[in-house]
Order: sequence, then C-alpha cells, then structure tokens
Amino acid sequence: MGKPTGFLEIDRHDRSYQPVNERVGNYDEFVVALKDDELTNQASRCMDCGIPFCHNGCPVMNIIPEFNDLVYRDDYKRASEILHSTNNFPEFTGRICPAPCEASCTLNLTDHPVTIKSIECAIVDRAWAEGWLKPKKPKSRTDKAVAVVGAGPAGMACAQQLARAGHSVTLYEKNAKAGGLLRYGIPDFKMAKSLIDRRMAQLQGEGVEFKPNTAIGINKPAKALLEKFDAVVLTGGAEQPRDLAVPGRDLAGVHFAMEFLGQSNRRVSGEKYDEADILTTDMNVLVIGGGDTGSDCVGTSVRQNAKAITQIEIMPKPPEKEDKLKIWPDWPNKLRTSSSHEEGCERMWEVTAKEFISDGNGNVKSARCVKVEWTMADNGQWQMAEVAGSEFEIPCDRVFLAMGFVHPVHEGMIAELGLEKDGRGNVAGNMEDYKTSMKKVFSAGDMRRGQSLVVWAIREGRQAARSVDEYLMGSTQLPR
Amino acid sequence: MTIACGLPPRQGLYNPENEHDNCGVGFICNIKNKQSHDIIKKGLQILVNLDHRGAVGADPLAGDGAGIIIQIPHKLLAEECSKLGFDLPEPGDYAVGQVFLPQDNAARARCEKAFETVIEREGQVLLGWRDVPVDNSCLGESVKADEPVVRQIFIGRGEGTPLRGAFERKLFVIRKQAHHAIWDETPEDDHANFYTCSLSTHTIVYKGMVLSGNLAVYYKDLADERAQSALALAHQRFSTNTFPSWELAQPFRYLCHNGEINTVRGNINWMAARKNSMRSEVLGKDLDKLWPLIGDGASDSATFDNALELLVAGGYSLAHAMMMMIPEAWDNNPLMDPKRRAFYEYHAALMEPWDGPAAVCFTDGRQIGATLDRNGLRPARYIVTDDDHVIMGSEVGVLDIPESKIIKKWRLQPGKMFMIDLEQGRIIDDEELKNSLSDSKPYQKWLDATQIRVSELPDDVAPMSPDHETILDMQQAFGYTQEDTKHFILPMATTGQDPIGSMGRDTPIAVLSDKPKMLYDYFKQNFAQVTNPPIDPIREELVMSLVSLIGPRPNLLDPDHAGGQKRLEVRQPVLTNLELEKIRHIENHVDNAFRTYTLDITYRAENGAAGMEAALEKLFAKAEQVVNEGHNIIILSDRGVDGEHVAIPALLATAGVHHHLIRAGLRTDVGLVVETGEARRVHDFCLLAGYGAEAFNPYLALETIADLEGELDGLSLDEAQARYIKGVSKGMLKVFSKMGISTFQSYCGAQIFDAVGLNDDFIARFFTKTASQIGGIGLDEVASETIKRHSDAFGTNPLLQKHLEVGGELAWRHRGETHAWTPETIASLQHAVRKGDRDEYRRYEAAMNRHDKKAMYLRGLFELKGTGKPVALDEVESVDKICKRFATGAMSFGSISWEAHTNLAIAMNQLGGKSNTGEGGEEAVRYEPGPGGENLRSAIKQVASGRFGVTAEYLVNADDIQIKMAQGAKPGEGGQLPGHKVNEWIARVRHSTPGVGLISPPPHHDIYSIEDLAQLIHDLKNINPSARISVKLVSEVGVGTVAAGVSKAHADHVTISGFDGGTGASPLTSTMHAGSPWEIGLAETHQTLVMNRLRGRICVQVDGGLRTARDVVVGALLGADEFGFATAALIAQGCLMMRKCHLNTCPVGIATQNEKLRKLFPGEPAHVVNYFTFLAEEMRKIMAELGFRTVEEMIGRSDCMEMKPAISHWKEQGLDFTRLLTKPVAGPGVAVFNSETQDHGLEKALDNDFIKQARATIDGGKPVRINAKFVNVNRTIGTMLSGEIAKKYGKAGMSDDSIYIDAIGTAGQSLGAWASPGMTIDLKGDANDYVGKGLAGGRIIIRPADESPLKAEDNIIVGNTCLYGATSGEAYFRGVAGERFCVRNSGASAVVEGVGDHGCEYMTGGIVVVLGDTGRNFAAGMSGGVAYVFDANGTFEAHCNMAQVELEPIAAEEEAMQAAGQGGDLEAHGMVDISHDMTRYDAERLRGLIEKHYHYTASSRAKEILDNWDEMRGKFVKVMPVEYRRALLEMQAKTSVAEHEGVVTSVGGQ
Repeated sequence: MGKPTGFLEIDRHDRSYQPVNERVGNYDEFVVALKDDELTNQASRCMDCGIPFCHNGCPVMNIIPEFNDLVYRDDYKRASEILHSTNNFPEFTGRICPAPCEASCTLNLTDHPVTIKSIECAIVDRAWAEGWLKPKKPKSRTDKAVAVVGAGPAGMACAQQLARAGHSVTLYEKNAKAGGLLRYGIPDFKMAKSLIDRRMAQLQGEGVEFKPNTAIGINKPAKALLEKFDAVVLTGGAEQPRDLAVPGRDLAGVHFAMEFLGQSNRRVSGEKYDEADILTTDMNVLVIGGGDTGSDCVGTSVRQNAKAITQIEIMPKPPEKEDKLKIWPDWPNKLRTSSSHEEGCERMWEVTAKEFISDGNGNVKSARCVKVEWTMADNGQWQMAEVAGSEFEIPCDRVFLAMGFVHPVHEGMIAELGLEKDGRGNVAGNMEDYKTSMKKVFSAGDMRRGQSLVVWAIREGRQAARSVDEYLMGSTQLPR
Repeated sequence: MTIACGLPPRQGLYNPENEHDNCGVGFICNIKNKQSHDIIKKGLQILVNLDHRGAVGADPLAGDGAGIIIQIPHKLLAEECSKLGFDLPEPGDYAVGQVFLPQDNAARARCEKAFETVIEREGQVLLGWRDVPVDNSCLGESVKADEPVVRQIFIGRGEGTPLRGAFERKLFVIRKQAHHAIWDETPEDDHANFYTCSLSTHTIVYKGMVLSGNLAVYYKDLADERAQSALALAHQRFSTNTFPSWELAQPFRYLCHNGEINTVRGNINWMAARKNSMRSEVLGKDLDKLWPLIGDGASDSATFDNALELLVAGGYSLAHAMMMMIPEAWDNNPLMDPKRRAFYEYHAALMEPWDGPAAVCFTDGRQIGATLDRNGLRPARYIVTDDDHVIMGSEVGVLDIPESKIIKKWRLQPGKMFMIDLEQGRIIDDEELKNSLSDSKPYQKWLDATQIRVSELPDDVAPMSPDHETILDMQQAFGYTQEDTKHFILPMATTGQDPIGSMGRDTPIAVLSDKPKMLYDYFKQNFAQVTNPPIDPIREELVMSLVSLIGPRPNLLDPDHAGGQKRLEVRQPVLTNLELEKIRHIENHVDNAFRTYTLDITYRAENGAAGMEAALEKLFAKAEQVVNEGHNIIILSDRGVDGEHVAIPALLATAGVHHHLIRAGLRTDVGLVVETGEARRVHDFCLLAGYGAEAFNPYLALETIADLEGELDGLSLDEAQARYIKGVSKGMLKVFSKMGISTFQSYCGAQIFDAVGLNDDFIARFFTKTASQIGGIGLDEVASETIKRHSDAFGTNPLLQKHLEVGGELAWRHRGETHAWTPETIASLQHAVRKGDRDEYRRYEAAMNRHDKKAMYLRGLFELKGTGKPVALDEVESVDKICKRFATGAMSFGSISWEAHTNLAIAMNQLGGKSNTGEGGEEAVRYEPGPGGENLRSAIKQVASGRFGVTAEYLVNADDIQIKMAQGAKPGEGGQLPGHKVNEWIARVRHSTPGVGLISPPPHHDIYSIEDLAQLIHDLKNINPSARISVKLVSEVGVGTVAAGVSKAHADHVTISGFDGGTGASPLTSTMHAGSPWEIGLAETHQTLVMNRLRGRICVQVDGGLRTARDVVVGALLGADEFGFATAALIAQGCLMMRKCHLNTCPVGIATQNEKLRKLFPGEPAHVVNYFTFLAEEMRKIMAELGFRTVEEMIGRSDCMEMKPAISHWKEQGLDFTRLLTKPVAGPGVAVFNSETQDHGLEKALDNDFIKQARATIDGGKPVRINAKFVNVNRTIGTMLSGEIAKKYGKAGMSDDSIYIDAIGTAGQSLGAWASPGMTIDLKGDANDYVGKGLAGGRIIIRPADESPLKAEDNIIVGNTCLYGATSGEAYFRGVAGERFCVRNSGASAVVEGVGDHGCEYMTGGIVVVLGDTGRNFAAGMSGGVAYVFDANGTFEAHCNMAQVELEPIAAEEEAMQAAGQGGDLEAHGMVDISHDMTRYDAERLRGLIEKHYHYTASSRAKEILDNWDEMRGKFVKVMPVEYRRALLEMQAKTSVAEHEGVVTSVGGQ
C-alpha cells in the first residue's frame, strides 16, 4: 500500500467526459484520461484491504490492490503484468465495464470508491503505448487443435489462453471482423474498434488462426469441426433478442436495438452491409428498455441528430442511493445515468408499450403506452399490474427494442449438434469445467451463461480454456 | 524413558513431560557449623510459613511434596545402626543413602540386591540397611497408594579408595549404576518407587508427598532430638498436577530449585551430544558408567541436579558449576569486571546456559549457598543474625526472629550468588566468590589465544547476486510468495524491524492447506505462560545475547587446561554472504584450527519425492564421515538448486544432521552452519536455531533485497541487507524472549516448538522429542511439497513466469490461501444481522461450515455423531440460557473506539452474556445507565500486564476479573498502544499522558511462576470477593497442565484461546506462528483437569476463532463451559478485516481513534444481539439432533464425535485425533463440568477484622485507628477493606487517614494492594513483594522496627515489584526496595532509600524519589512521570537505560518559588495533577516529598539531606522521559491557546 492515509487526504476524482456539444458530432471516444499525477493520487487512495472486496467483486478477480500500489509507485510495467495475469483484455473492461469492483470497494461504503476502472484503463493504455504488449508465443507446442466458435470477448480470451498453452487454435467468426458485441453492439464512442483489431493482431501473432465470415452450423457444419479438432469451444454469445409481442410490432420503423446499433457500427467503420439504412435523423425515437443497450441506442440516435428521444423502462425507478449496509459489497440496484442520457433523452419508468400505431402506410407513428405498478405478493414475488386509465401515446418514428437477450440463437449450430440446454435456453454447462453435453465440446461466455458483462465473458473464456487444456493434456497450468 | 513414578503414563493429550513445578524455598544455617536440632526444627518451620507458596490438589492431605536436606545426623544414625548390629565409621568415611523402595517384598529385595552388587563391584563396603521410621497416618489417601518403603543404606569407604573426594565420586558412580540397573533392566513393577533421594557422606534428604507441616511427623528422624545439623535446606513444591510423585519432591541431592528451565530439552540434547568429546581425569573410566547422564522425563529441576552432580564429580566446585550453568548476563554488561567477563565468555563455549527463572539453593553439607538467574525472576531474601545464623527464603519473615537480633537484611540480586562456607565459618559474597574463581585461571589469556571472531577474519569475496530471472526461479523453488517480499523482506530491509500486522490468522493450519507449505509452517513457537515469564527483549536488552559459538566445543570436564581448543564466535548468527565465505575458507586463515566442509543438501530432481529419503541417509552418513575425518565445521548448503537439483528442506536437513550427530555422540565435535535460500522469515531462523544450527546464511533473502534495489527507499544495498539482518536478529530475540530465554546459545538446539500436523515417525526420526499431538504428514508428503515447488519454479506455469505466487496468507487473494473470513462470509453475516434475516444467517453458517468440502480447521474433520437419541427441539434449553455462556473477547478501549467498545457492552448486557474491558480501564460513567437506560458496563474486567486503569473502583465493578496471561494472536508478547491512538480521553481512562505511547510488558511483573499467579488471584479475590477470577491462557502443548495449576491456584475460571485470535497489532511472526489451535488446547485442558479431579471447581472457556453454532458445539463437546467471540462479534458490528488496526485508519470506525473515521462506525447493539441470538438458535437445532437438552450435558462428550471417515485431502491421511477425542475417565463423583466453587481462604484474612473495626467509619463515622501485628503469612493486607471503600465511594475514596492501620511485623506479599484513598498503613518492620500493587490512593509507610539495630538505608525493607501498576497514592519506605520498584506506576508518588534493577520500568506517571543507589536498567521503557535519584557518587547514568529518558539537574529553588500557589499539590496525597508543570518546579517538589518521608519514617538519610539541602540538591538527578516532556509542553501550548480563545479543555490524568 503506497500511502496508508491516502484515502483520508485525497478525494475521489475520476475521468471526465468531453462536453456534450463537442462529442456528439462524432463517434470518437470522449472520455478524458486522468493525468499521471492524478492517477498516482487516486491509486494512493487504495487501502490495501485485508480482505479486498474489489478483488472478489471483479469477475476476472483482478488483483486490484497490487496494481493500485504499483501505479502509485509509478511502476506501470509490473502493474500491467499483474493486470494481464487475470485479464486478457483490460482495455475493453477499462472502458465499458460497469465496474462491480468499484461497487464493492471498501471506500464505496461512503460512496467514494477508488477509481479502479480508470486505473486499470490507464495501465493497459500505457502498456500498449510503451510497446510492452507483444504476442507471447508458447515455448513448446502440443499436437492438439482446438476450434473456438465465436470471436467475441469470450472466444478471444479462450483462444488466446489456448494458444499460449501451445495448442493450434482456429477462431471462427460469422461476421467479417472479430469482437462480437464489442464490435457490433457497443458504439465506437464508447470503445474504439481499433482496440479489438490490435488484440486480434496479438492473437494472430500468438498463432490463432482467424476464420471470419464463417457461420458454423449455417455455412459450415458444426460436425465438421468435431471431426477436425480435438476440442471445440462454443462462444457464440446470446444473441436472441427479447421481443415485444404487441400489435404493430411488424410496422416499419420498429427494430431490435442490435439491428440499429450493428448497422451504425458498420457504417462508422466503413464495413458494408446489405440491409436498408436504419437512421434516426430528425426523427422521434422511442427506446424500449432501460439498460445499457438502450442507452447505446440513445447515444447513437443523438449522433444521428434525432429530433427527440424517449426511453421507457418497465421496472420502477431505482433509488438514487442504495441502503449501503444491507447491500454493499454486492452490486446495488440504483439509478444510473449514462453519458448517453446526459446527451439528451427523456426517461420514464414503470411504463410499458401496449401497441405500436401505424401512420397508415405501414410505418410506426406512435406507441400506446401504459403505466404499471409493482406490488409484492404474499409469496414474496413481485407482481406487475397496469394502472387503470393511465394509457398515453408517445409519438415515434423509430422504435428500438432493447429489452435484453433471452438466450443464444438456437438455429444452426446448437440445433445441429443437439446440445442440451439449461432452463433458460442457454447451452448447458457448469463453471467448473465448461463442458457441454457433448464430448469434447465446451461452451463459455453468454452462450453458456446468458447475456452478461464483457468481463464475465473474458473470465469464462479463460476458465474454459483451462478446462480444455486439462481435458486435452491431463493437467493444466493455465490459471482459473 | 523414565517417567517419575506416580505420574500417570501419557494418555489422550496428557503427557507427563509437560509437568511444571514452582515453589517456596528456604534455608537456615549456622555459619560456624554448629550443629543443633533446633536448626532442623527451624528449617521445617520455614516450610510451614511458606505453605501458601505450595499447593494442595483435590485431596487436602496431599500436598505437592516437601522435603529437607540436612547434614548427616551422625549421632542419631550411629546409635540406631549399632542397635541394628553394625557400627558406623567416622563421619566422612561412610555414606548414607536415603532410598525409596517398592512395597512389594520381592521387588524390594531385587532392588536392594542390585544396589549391593554395584557397591561391591565398585570396591566399596556395604555396612547395612536401616528402615527409616515413618508414620503414614498423616498422608492423604491419594498418596498412600504410591508410598514407597524408605530405607537407608550405609556404605563404607573401600580400601582402594583412599581419598574422601574419590569416595564421593564413587558414590555418584554407584548411584548412577544402581539406578540404571534397576530402572533400565528390571520389569516396571520392580522399579516403580525405586529412587535414591541422596547418597552422600555429608548430607541426607528427607522428602515426600507430605504436607510441609507433616514432614517431621512422617519422618520420625526429623523429630528426634538426636538429629542435629548446622544447616537445613527446605523446599515446598507447587506442581501443576495433583499426581503423587515422591521422587519429584525436592530437595534433590545438591539443590532446591525454585524456577523452571525453559531450555531443558536443548540442555538434555547437548549433554547427550557430548558423549564422544567428554573425558575426565578424575572420573577416568568411571565416566562411561554414568551414561545416560540425565534421566529423561524427570522434572527440569531434577535434570538440572543431574548435570550439576556431573560437573561436581568432574572436579568443579559447586559455585563454579553453578556459574557455568546459570551465568550472569555478561554479554551486554559494560559494568562487569573484565576478568569476570572473561570467565563467563570462556565458559560459554563449555556449557550453554540453563536458561529460565531460577532461585537455586545448593549445598554439599560443607557449603550452602544460593544463586539467582540473570533476570532475578525469583524472590530470595535473607537475614543474618547476631548469633551467626543466616536464614534465606523466598520470603522474609519466615521465622520469628526478634528484630533486635538481625544485623543484616538483604536479598539475592539478579545473577548474583551468595555462599556460606561452614568450614571456614564465614559468608562469602558474590564479589569475593566470583573474583576468586575469575582470578583462578588466565581466562582472558586463554580467550585471546583461542577465541576467533568471524568479524576479524581476513576479507574474502562473496558470489555476486544473479539476475532477476534466476532469482525468481530460486525464490519459487523455495516457495517464496509475493507476500514474502512485500510484507517481510522489503519492510525488514528498509526498517530493520520484524513487520507488524493486525487481526488474527484465519487460514488453515499447514496440514490442512492445499498450498505446498514450507516445513517451517508445521511448527508452532512455544511461549511462556504462568510457570515462567516471557522477557522484554527491548527494554531488558541487557540480559539478552545473540552471541553464537560455532564449531567444536571443548571438553566439558576439563576445568584446568582447556586453553588449547580454538573457538569461533559470531556476534549474531545471521551471516552475510561474505561472512559465510570467510567461514568456508577458514582453514587457510587460522592455523588450520578449523576445517570446514560444505555438504550439498540437494539431490537430483528426477529422483522425485521418493528420492529424498535416500538423499537424507546419504547426507547423514556423509556428515558423520566428514566429522570423523576431522572437519569441525559443516556448512549445509542448498546453493546447488537448479532445474535438475532439488533441495532437501533446510530445516529437515539441519534437524536431521543435528540429531544424527547427537545420536552418534559427535555433535559437539563440529559446528553446524546452514547456507540456505529457504529461510527468510524470523520464524524460519528460529526453527533452524532451535534444531541445532549455530549460524545461517540466508543468501537468497539477501539476493532478493539486491533484486528489489529500486524499492529500498534510497538505501544502499549493504545498508538494506544489514537492516534485514538486524530485523531478523531482533525478531529472533523476541521469539526467544516469549519463552523466557535470553541467549542464542541456550536457544540453539532447545526445540522450543510444537509440531502440528507431522506424524510421530517423522518427528521421532528428525525432530526427536518435539511434541506433536495429532499426527499428520511424514517424509513422503514433505518431499512431495518440495518437489511441487521445484517443478513450479522450473516449469512452464504461465503465472509463475514473471511473478511469485500471490500467497494470500496475510490478505485474502484469489488463487491464494483459503480464509474463513472472505468477502462472502463477511457480507452474508453483516447483511443477516443488519436485516435480522435468519435465512441469510444460515447461509453465512453454511458458507463458514463448508468443512465437508474443504476442511480448514481440525474441527472440520470431526463428525458430530451425537448420542444417537435425538430430542425434540422444544426440549432444548432456551436461547436466553445459552447466551449466558457467551462473552466477547478482550479488546481495550484505545485499541478500539468508544463506539465499538460500548456497542459490544450494551449488546452483551442485553443478551445476558458478558463483554470484556480489555486492558484499558473503564470510565466510571459506564457504571451508570446510559441515556436510554442501556447498560454500558463491561462485566469482565481484564487485568493485563500493563495494568492500565486497574483501580480498586474498576475491580469492584466486575463480575469476572480476567488475568490475561497470554493473547492468542501474540502469546508471550507485550503490547504497545502507539502515541497517536492515545488521545486525551484514552489517556484519562488509562491514567497516562495524551500522545505518549503505552507499553504493556510481556510478563505480568507479579507473575513469574504458578505461586505468583496464585497470589495475584488471591489479591483480586480480596478486592472483589464476589467476582470470578479468570485466567486467560493460549493453546499450546502442555496448556492443560498449566490449567491444572491454575485451578490449583484457585482461579474460578480459565480461558483457553486458540492461536487464531485477533490483535490490534502484533509482529506477524507471532500472529502466524505462535500457539496452537484451540481444539488441541481445550481438549488437553479438559482431559488434564478431569484426570486431576480439578475440573469441577473451575469454569473453562474457549475462544479464538469461534464463528458458528457448530464451532460452539464442538467446543462444548471438547470440554468448554463457556465461549468467547471477538472477531466474529466485531464483524457483526461492522469490522471488515481490513487488518489496519495498527495504522489507526480503520474505515469503519472500529480500530481507530480518528474522529472522522469513528463517525463511520456502522454497528448497533441489535446487530450483535442478532448474531448471538441466531447462533444460539442454530445451536439448539444441532443440540436437538445430537440429543442434548442442555449445554451442560454436552460438556466433555468428546465420545460424541469421531474423525470424519471420508478424508478429502492427501495431506489429511495421516491425521489422528484419537488423543484429541479421548474422553477422560472420571472416577465416581468426579465432576466433568464446572459445578463446584474454589476455596479462596478469605476467611483467614486480617481484613475481616479490619472491616469490622472500620465498619462504622466506612458508613460515615469518625476516623478509626486499628492496631495489628503482621507475619508473612498475612497476605494482601488491606485489600478487602479497600474493596469495601471503593464499592461505596468509588475512585475518590474517603478523606485522608480515615482508617489508620498501625502495625508491626513482617507483612506477607501484596501489602496494601489497591489501597483506596483514606487508608493509611503504617508498618514498623518490613514487607515482602508487591507492596502497594495497584495502589489506588492510599498511603503506605514502612520503616524498621524501633528496636532494630540496622542502618535502614543499607538494608532491604520491601521486596520486589512494589507499586506495580499503582495509579495514585503515596508510599514511604525507609530502606531499600527490591527489583522493579514502581514498575508501570502511573500516578503514585513514592520515596525509597535505594532500589534494585529495573527501577521505574515502563512507568507512565507519578513521582519516584530514590535516596540511594539504584540497580541497573533504571527507567527502561519509562514514558511518563519523573524520578529523582540521589546520585551521591555520580554513577547513576551508567545504571540508567537512556533509551527514552534524559537526565537533568534539579534547578534552584528561586525559580520554582516564582510559581506561587503551586505548593499545595503535594498535600493532595500523591494525586499530583500532571497538568501541574512537571517540566519545572523540581526542587520544591522534591524537597516536599523528602520532608514528608522524614515526617512519616524519621529517616536519617532524609534528615541528612534536608539538613544540607543546598549541597545535596546538586547531587540529585531528575529522570525525565523525553516523550512525556514533549507531550506536556504540547498540552501546555494547547491549554494556553484554548484559554486565549475562551475554550476550556480538560487535560491531565485526573
């Protein structure tokens, strides 16, 4: 611990954003990094807890007190080594992770957690800038070949770990480029796609063979992989969006959020796409769903100069501040305002859409909504009921359904292989060995877990790699 | 092995080797060797008057043994023998043996025959046998069964033995051989009871399991007027057990020993190791007949006697031998005469000290004397009368000698000897005795010629440190973790201190850990508790020494020309790489006197774990071979480790070679040095030393420092390495001192460890005679762990390519060591108690108890099988009843905040449980209900070694008074509250000064032995007769035996703490490595108490890591009545295990005094109440399932548990809980839980009468004057009376002189303890130890009797440790006081005319005036108050420990008088307000006190000074603590600012 009394002397001070008017004109990242001396100070606030709750709060178990201390001592190189010992892609999490570590930081008891995420990001950004991060070739190679299907963060992490263990790894991706939701879901202004390319370059340098535009189970049979490879890891994500089965759902202008965001990201990066443009310029936009995807729809719509943006959420408005003593160090349900919200949007809670109304030409014109209220039943379950007479209309030319994802897409690979699924429709497998119901087939990330955070995807990818290694070699030295 | 008969054999966890004893001892002699029967009578009378120092067990007629040595009563024996038909020759030409023999006739005949055979073989003459007349009607029933037949054997000098000296030696040879013949070669039934008490031409020993008053009833000889002697040396034993052991009664053949040999295991080993190198001119071939020299399994005192006999037989005089075995502290003593120093330094190579507290009285019938250990840890007072008698005893006043006849009263001082030569007819004092011995040989010349210091060897070249990658591989091969560099090596290299941490250990013991643990982790450091004191290695550095002698030891039995053998000395045993090279190449440097051989302890890694055994055997054989080839230094080296070579653990190699060489009798022919990459933490080095390494070179730790060069805070590498070595040395001293051991030499090979989790075969083979209670792993597993580390290091594990393993022992880490307290368990417990959510609580328990999956604790491997008859839940006793058995742990206000402290108290009071003050006092406001009617008073008042805030008022407001002997997290250590935590508030409660750090000494300075503890228990019972007196112990092997002693010392309650208890701050060495799991200690305690029939009268509490209902149930089944929780209760109220208590930065306002942080305290009483309620509810469920309706039914039902059949972990295979789970067999009517009460004997106290006489006064009447006569058996006088006052008047007490006790005589121990204001005790006579202990406002005056001819200022008037922990009041002693005067005084003022060593130690307040000489180490650790010392000769500075104080002259009075209106303070009976400026006005203050001294005692010394004040003032020196002055000046500045701003701040101690 750099400074035992740091937290008593120095206030929390985190990265800031460029002003709204400067940032909404483009799709660039707008987070302003902390200066070196600020980072030193912020890192010194870490108390090096006897039980670092952050370390447990972090799904990849980042060894946070250690790298905080090293940043305080200006030893970024070792900090980077420590950071990469648990996290393959800290530049991703350093940008888009909601930072459960900070929620469980002891200093969050007083709402002033250490700026762990910013410190993480600064470490890895420095590491890239200094050229410390290079492909790590295995000292010796095995004669085993592994296919990883799906080049999102889980697949990339898994592929990297396996390659470093000396296996021949082929990473299949149905899209043209790697990254999964990172690339096609998250807007560039939150994370520049060059970061993914750089990592892929590293992976390829480590021997990972990348096969884009290959949709396993569709344009290449999954069974072919089973024949060719000693093990197959399925990391295809949970891409089946939750739909809203209400009248007018099929009107033009009503889209799943990913249709809109994916296209926007392709457009920004210059990647061609076949579908018709989905734009929001000068339009009224309704975003259904109050989560991060919804938020991304808001920010993207702002950048497309939408006329007005409304975001509705069926759940009640969360409290501004959680009951700390009963929740900490767990992740609190509380009101969160994203950078996109700051950029202009009306938010409503306890509202659901009942019908989309046509303008008469098959285009959506407005959404008929209703207020709902939640009560706790005797059995302790929350129950929702519409508030009688509370119906109202929201005018909208574009509706984006951002209500989350239910499970992986079953058609294609999963169906072809006939894999067992869990009760929620995800590929069945546990977090110890990540094995599916089929011999030598493993699954990790959202495909196994259901929709979740990037950081969970990285963890599962890493851990599945360990299990695969152990399966192939009888023992493993890959870390969990 | 020969265990003393009478002691039961090893069973369960009970092991007779753990028995301890302490005692009362005394002698009387006629200097002119005039024999009389009266001397014997008086000798016996001494015993009777020391009765309270002995103990009585379950059987009131069975004491622990008593005995007496007298000169052979020739007249009696000659007459009796001639009646038997044989005549005795002249005295000196025959010997009499006092022999215990079996009752069985045939067996007895065989024993006698064996004896006779040896006599004949040795050419001596059997004169005859005599039955010693005894009357066994006075024996207790429990003793009669073991009563031997006592016979005397008479042996005449053979014709071939012309000299009397040779005859004595022959007797020794005969006795040894007879003993071996009978003990080793006959069936057990035969030798049971066979024992030779004495066999001598001059002395005879009468002893037995007899109450001291009955000795002359039992042995009719002693009552026979014809029995005459010029000396009588008597002993009364206080043993920790109640088993009858006739032979362990003392005296032994030459001595009585009051004390304990802490290093006895090492001493025995070293004696055995000398077999090959020992030759004796005088004994010649007879020497070979003596082996084994030491009867293993006898008591430490008996062992000591064996060694002493050998030395005397080998030609040393008694005094010379005693000086070798119990040397003074010579190493760090600049005041010692160089010749004497040379004597000691020379003998250091001959014999390692027998270290431990000791008052030894010895006699060979012609001389009688006594010596005291270097620390002076036992009392020994003597008087000389005008009719040539000397009487010495543990106490003064043991015989009623008229004061007018006494011409000298003095004491034996630390390290000093005192002897009366009856043949010369005179007293020989220490100075003369030792000077003549020091002068007798040219020791300095011998030393100069033979002693080589490593530092003086010519320079050499050490290898360069390798590159980072190589170091990393080596570190990994030796199991380094990131914590080793971050928490140990780096802090030690930068600060030179063993690092500090906080909170307890909650990781699995090594044998249950998944991690490959170092072999070091399987050993737990032993520590002193109760039967001997730990030492303070910092404040009492003068007795400590790290000097190590490497290499062959000279022949022990060659006192005359041993000057030829070279010896190699190092100042301390941690060698730099350079020093090691010097030793490696020494052959070329020092005349070929030394030849070093480096033994490689690595072997080829491809041989794997299975290869280690062969490698060890090869190593041992090679070691033996190189010694036989003439090498005399072996370096065991693991420098050869690389990818292909794996090292045998250095500890295993060291201990193995050490024991192998001992067995081969070669050990003292060679020095053992270890060159290892493995050792790095203090604990590691202690183990290497403890198992025989004389020096070590931790090359990898030193290279690690080189590798960390960028992080050394700008220090040079040399400096950083030097600091690291210093840190190791200091840490080692601390570990030694925990066991009360002062020197490296005696620690070396002493094996002061318990093994936890190593199997018996492994221990017996490599760590011979180390205690190990639960079995565990053996060589195969140790080897596997080593191989695992090695392959990790040189393998391809990606995590280890650039980094060490995380470790995770000190702080929880992913991939690190498992902890009980994790983010999950803490969060779920806190959420449960805050929400009042039982289901969440159950989740917490489930997470905690995940023992079936992963056993973290021994109890995790227990299967609760119950009685087989479950009961309905509603039949189980209520939560309320269960909660009464709960207590929270001792945490002081100071270490934790007011909020946290009171919250626990309120909660526990609501529950009907008990909270504990900890050692910080308690504010009187807490005795009144709080604003909401809540009860803030802590039911348990702790009395710890610092005695902070321990006032009469505090003690009378207690339900339980707990004496903290040791603390789980840091047993054997003191504590320190850093100055930044001592704010005004805390200072007020603790009677100290804000901003000045407070030290709690490692020992209680009034408990150096079991009888001292009995005394403190008696003292506390007097001040508050309705409170239970509790003693807190820490689990280690032998704790059960200590607990038995505690029960015999009349404690009502005993706490057994596990090693995993918490702490606010402790060296990590202690937190991690001292003490054992509570399961072991508790089981041993319960078993031993039941076996001794002592269980019923004491309540047993367990604490240290109790967390769940299951833990509590296991505790009850293993024998606990009550249960303590500290960490869990803290966590319930918000603690997050930050482990930052020592930094004052606790972010939840618990372990901090920072006001900003205190506001963040999240706890409420309800949280704690919820925790215990939930826990009790869960307990009820388990009880119902197991079939118990009450906790009482469960206690001690270890038969309701068994070891889990399915063992999940490879290391658990060898664990064996049979001994742990043994249910002791209780005879009919023997209680197995606390159901009886102790007999404290308070009805005998004089105070009962005082209270009667003072009742009206206390109730508001007029002052009263009480006349009394004291004798030494009247102990703790005035204390019960003070309790009555404190109950009624609190701290303020009564007005001055309300109760005036006017007394004559000799007061027993603890006169006036905790005397309250309004009491004056005015004694004409003298007093024993602990006068004014805890003085709380009263006044004590002691002056010589009117008829005494003594010059008061040259004679001792009060004993040791007076005014210990006094908080206010006054004392005037006209005479000299013993050692440790005013230790930890925090407010009393005292005037005395001389003090012994360590005066004013740890003092934090008050005023001490010494009108005479002081001993050494004055003012050590003194952080407050002032002392004025009359330094007539200008020698005071050399006697003063200047670490924390400065000496100042006494300023002239004119200056002082300017401060008008200040004089009145001195009228306030010692209640000197510290805001009154102690930085000035000294002359006035001093003079005022001396005037009062004269007024009260008529002191001629005082008068002389006052009469010549102007001249005398200049001879006074003021001792002023530096920090105290700084704090006072700061307070003054603050006060003046506050006044300026119109703000009132209260400061000061009142």
